[in-house]
Amino acid sequence: MSDLPALPTVAPPTVRGRSLAADAFRRFFRHPTGLVGLFIVGFFVIASLLAPVLRPYDATRDRDLRARLAPPSAERWFGADELGRDQFTRVWHGGRISLRVGLLAVAFAAVTGTLLGLVAGYVGGWVDTFIVWLMDIVLAFPGVLLAIVIVATLGPNLTNALIAIAVTQVPLYTRIVRSVVLSVRETEYVQAAKALGTNPLGVVFKHVLPNSLSPLIVQLTLSIGTAILDVAALGFLGLGAQPPQPEWGLMIRDGFTQFLRAPWMSIFPGIAIFLSVVGFNLLGDAIRDVLDPRLRDS
Amino acid sequence: MTAYLLRRVLGLVPVLIGVTLLIFFLTRVIPGDPATAMLGQRAAPNLVQRLRTDLGLDRPLFVNVAKARETGDWRDVFDSQYFSYMSGLLRLDLGRSIYTLIPISESLRHRFAATFELTLAAMFVAVAVGVPAGVLAATRRGTVPDTAIMLLALSGVSFPVFWLAIIMIYVFSVTLGWLPPSGRLSVGMSVEPVTGMYVLDALLRGRWNVALDAARHLVMPALALGTIPLAIVVRMTRSAMLDVLGQDYVRTARSKGLSERRVVRVHALRNALLPVVTVIGLSFGSLLSGALLTETVFSWPGIGRWVYDAIASRDYPVIQGGVLFVAVVFAVVNLLVDMTYALIDPRIQYA
Repeated sequence: MSDLPALPTVAPPTVRGRSLAADAFRRFFRHPTGLVGLFIVGFFVIASLLAPVLRPYDATRDRDLRARLAPPSAERWFGADELGRDQFTRVWHGGRISLRVGLLAVAFAAVTGTLLGLVAGYVGGWVDTFIVWLMDIVLAFPGVLLAIVIVATLGPNLTNALIAIAVTQVPLYTRIVRSVVLSVRETEYVQAAKALGTNPLGVVFKHVLPNSLSPLIVQLTLSIGTAILDVAALGFLGLGAQPPQPEWGLMIRDGFTQFLRAPWMSIFPGIAIFLSVVGFNLLGDAIRDVLDPRLRDS
Repeated sequence: MTAYLLRRVLGLVPVLIGVTLLIFFLTRVIPGDPATAMLGQRAAPNLVQRLRTDLGLDRPLFVNVAKARETGDWRDVFDSQYFSYMSGLLRLDLGRSIYTLIPISESLRHRFAATFELTLAAMFVAVAVGVPAGVLAATRRGTVPDTAIMLLALSGVSFPVFWLAIIMIYVFSVTLGWLPPSGRLSVGMSVEPVTGMYVLDALLRGRWNVALDAARHLVMPALALGTIPLAIVVRMTRSAMLDVLGQDYVRTARSKGLSERRVVRVHALRNALLPVVTVIGLSFGSLLSGALLTETVFSWPGIGRWVYDAIASRDYPVIQGGVLFVAVVFAVVNLLVDMTYALIDPRIQYA
């Protein structure tokens, strides 16, 4: 066997290709609304990170009854609430709460959902049926309704609101990952990898997750916006953050009781919610445009 | 087709059973029990115990093995809170409110009429404004009106509904005094119920001034609730129209000399409406959950407000009944949407 002639080796053609990621970045930076979204999100993230440095705030001690319901002025840009608390500071620090809870809820949902999707798609059989059944139950509750019932059960506070919102978002990720597993599982390259003895985890990391990556990233970005809205909704219903936390939804709830005398109490937190959610939605839409292969080069 | 329908309907059963299990489980874990809530923290323990017995709260949650062993009758295993709840459910008996003792199914009827009226009005806003706006954006693609419409649509899904509602009350009720801020009818107005939807009832009874009053109460809640579906309808209409306008048959229609108006209205819009109809149906769910927030702000006596109040007072049967009802309506609407889609579009395979 050793006297077989050596196979001629062919040098691979040198193609100056850009990597997929570089390509995506290039297209993203030509996407005007995406850049606006990135700017807004960046603004909120930086402002939240800098808040404790530039304007330390302790909500439990903050009250200044002389400034009760003071309207917006050069000194207090967003006015003051019924305890004389400066609304600008509270809206600023509220961003920390909304971003943190939004990011954590989405991260929790994404990790749990991805794991469930992997297990469902891989193991199949009754395990798959069971997981799909659980997800269908969660999806049977429209919008924030399930989160409301969960928080009512666990008790109203910010941590439970986070858990409840995460639970309602888990099925989104399970669906994405499960469908990728099912479509990738039977492809020739995965069959080949299996035949070569690659362990299942290797297949997951090399084939399943990379294939799920772009729908997951799009879903993550858009879900943060939804999560911020849900946190605010729970706060507004008194089921999320509790006084004196400067949470945007809770601030609107407080403002609602005073809105004949002090409309600024509800206006500014609402604008903050709106802007941050718009930012994440613009960013998510742009990422979808950039990553969607059907829209390429159009 | 029949097999497809049957399979879809049967597919709902395990999900709905799961929903009852989940709601039952969650409502029984809610801290504090209704007996204590009704009698107050300092009530005599034996009184609380008697009330718990009366309400059936002293029985085991899922299976009553103890009683079955005692009586020797295996059927007593099912003498538990969950199974008596389920057997009531199958007889469409959802129990009574712990506080008012009004049967849940009776309250549901009134409450649902209020929510349904609000939802229909919101849907009307979404379609009447959303479809023309979407068509306009698609036919003027890339122009200023297109960009403006799409930016507004993006804003629509980014507003907190309750905030928009408060701002509307401030502008239209407090500042301008045009519209009433809350409720369904002004004090002193009333109408004999027919459907429970006041505007329709008043029209049916020929009470024009009452109909006008009810409609004025409906405007702001409908606008607030309709924003999200409106934004979704605009986006869907635009993308569906763009899709269709690029098709060969539209080029054919243009090349045979039809007016642009006719091309857009007859050839393009008809075909573009299919996905739009679906999205309208599916946004019914977001309306049902959005109704909870809208109803809270406008004191609209619908299901959302009712469930919210019930959660605050731990009225288990009301929470169970209300949430279950919403989930069932949501599931049924989704099913109907799928079926309509299958009926309208002959290309869909049921296999």
